[in-house]
Amino acid sequence: MSSVPLKPGAEAVAGKGWLLAHKWLILRRSSQVGILLLFLVGPWFGLWIVKGNLNYSYTLGVLPLTDPYLLLQSLLTFKLPETLALVGAAIIILFYLLVGGRSYCAWTCPVNLVTDISSALRRRFGLKGGAHLSRSTRFWMLGMTLVVSLLTGTIAWEMFNPVSMLHRGLIFGMGFAWMVIVAVFLFDLFVMRSGWCGHLCPVGAFYSLIGRVSVLRVQLPGRAACNDCMDCFAVCPEPQVIRPALKAINGAPALIFDAQCTNCGRCIDVCSKDVFAFGPRFTIPVSAQSIVGGTAQAVPK
Amino acid sequence: MTTVTQSKAPVGNTARRQFIADTSRMACGVGLLGLGLGLYARHATALPPAAIRPPGALPEDRFSSACIRCGMCVRDCPYDILHLARPEEPMSTGTPYFIARQAPCEMCEDIPCVKACPTTALDHSLKEINKAKMGLAVVVDHETCLNFLGLRCDICYRVCPVIDKAITLDPQTNVRTGRHTLFIPVVHSEHCTGCGKCEKACPTEVAAIKVFPLYMAKGQLSSHYRLGWVEKEKAGGSLVAPEIEHRYNMPEGMKYEHGKGLSVVPPGEAAAPGAVPPAPTFKALQGNKL
Ligand code: SF4
Ligand code: SF4
Ligand code: SF4
Ligand code: SF4
Repeated sequence: MSSVPLKPGAEAVAGKGWLLAHKWLILRRSSQVGILLLFLVGPWFGLWIVKGNLNYSYTLGVLPLTDPYLLLQSLLTFKLPETLALVGAAIIILFYLLVGGRSYCAWTCPVNLVTDISSALRRRFGLKGGAHLSRSTRFWMLGMTLVVSLLTGTIAWEMFNPVSMLHRGLIFGMGFAWMVIVAVFLFDLFVMRSGWCGHLCPVGAFYSLIGRVSVLRVQLPGRAACNDCMDCFAVCPEPQVIRPALKAINGAPALIFDAQCTNCGRCIDVCSKDVFAFGPRFTIPVSAQSIVGGTAQAVPK
Repeated sequence: MTTVTQSKAPVGNTARRQFIADTSRMACGVGLLGLGLGLYARHATALPPAAIRPPGALPEDRFSSACIRCGMCVRDCPYDILHLARPEEPMSTGTPYFIARQAPCEMCEDIPCVKACPTTALDHSLKEINKAKMGLAVVVDHETCLNFLGLRCDICYRVCPVIDKAITLDPQTNVRTGRHTLFIPVVHSEHCTGCGKCEKACPTEVAAIKVFPLYMAKGQLSSHYRLGWVEKEKAGGSLVAPEIEHRYNMPEGMKYEHGKGLSVVPPGEAAAPGAVPPAPTFKALQGNKL
């Protein structure tokens, strides 16, 4: 990755203008902050649109939403929740089956705001390297939290989960939760690129399981036009997901099937050649198929 | 020998070894983390004595695994008494509690906190708030409770929503003055809901009556214990056969009569056959003779 550009996206800004080169980023930040605000206007201004937090919330007295990963841990301790919590979990699973499993990470999770700042600072100051850890560690973490829940009869990950600590902290009072958040921030900044969200977080790992079969994907209709500027690799929190689709490795179709793609859309923004676009998993862009001949029609494994 | 074999091993072999080493390292790391998390999770299921759970809460070990830390109960409490535990507080992070001395449960008739709970952490079968068992009030300090000191404070008794059932004032002789009565506050676990209004209202600097989680406040008799008077009532009469005459083992020359107590048998009065032994002197009481 020695050729990673220092100012990714500069070309795109020059080509299509600042706004278009930040379109998905702006939308994504609006979504992250907007969701937080929906939760906050209640305690701040007494405007109760949403009650609760990301673990479970109740919107306008009609819409229950439950974090399925949390509910799974609770189920492993042999506790059945009330109906609303089950309905809420079903709604969340269905929703992310549509928009992409780890869309949760990019569009909803408040910790992403923190780790994105780490990533941005890393790029800005050219911080490189750090500890090495396999990206599959998160699945070990996921398994571990489930086993510990089962063995100890507790909702194990809730003891440490930075996601719910930050979200609950902002809404119900932070306490010392900020320490956990600062730890995650520093870890990502100095120890490992995308260390938390990209390697360790079991919440992301759980949602990526939904992402294996989810509908909305990043397609690469213009992959023939790629000029190897590496901008997409520089901004992508999971750069390993791009290569197979961009370079048609083993005849891979022009569509990112890797469940770790967060659907953040940043690659779409920074690409000056408009290689990327959002689209459903069922339609593989035709223009891209032609460049690698018949092999591109290969069905995703 | 081994070193030689290793250095000649094909590249694929080395890569595989590297992979196995990496994987085991990661597994060990995550395993250790899991161990720490598990131990921490077990510790965190303890409940500090001042923290009282909302009405209908399951017993502590089951509560902290059923509660999904959503805070719906906190939101729907009209008196805003509930808080979600913060990470630095010595209990399961994110679970709801209140501190009676700060703000007690107002015992809402419709129990909105329970209704709001999306899980079984708060038992939805609790329909009457008077049946709640959030904790148990205990008069912890007999040295500072004003009623124990002989005053008529009575505040805990007056504020109790279940007055005369959950808490009563039991008259006792004030042995210090010899002629006054102490009105001792006594809490009855059968009716106390653990709302904490008494603790909140106690006017002493530190409350003399406090609410504790049930497991902490309640004692238990051994299972073979029977209360004589209860058994008597159940049996509809004395369980001791009345025709058996009770014999007292009296010092010589003494007799005992019910209602009168111990007295010296007057000289000349014959002891009833089989009753008190006859005729000693007063000196027998000195204990200088076996
Ligand atoms: S591939 Fe694109 S959308 Fe997916 S995570 Fe990377 S930058 Fe985001
Ligand atoms: S009964 Fe009422 S006052 Fe007591 S905790 Fe529930 S909502 Fe709050
Ligand atoms: S509403 Fe129920 S699940 Fe939610 S925090 Fe309160 S007790 Fe826990
Ligand atoms: S906690 Fe105190 S006020 Fe509440 S029911 Fe029990 S004795 Fe009464």
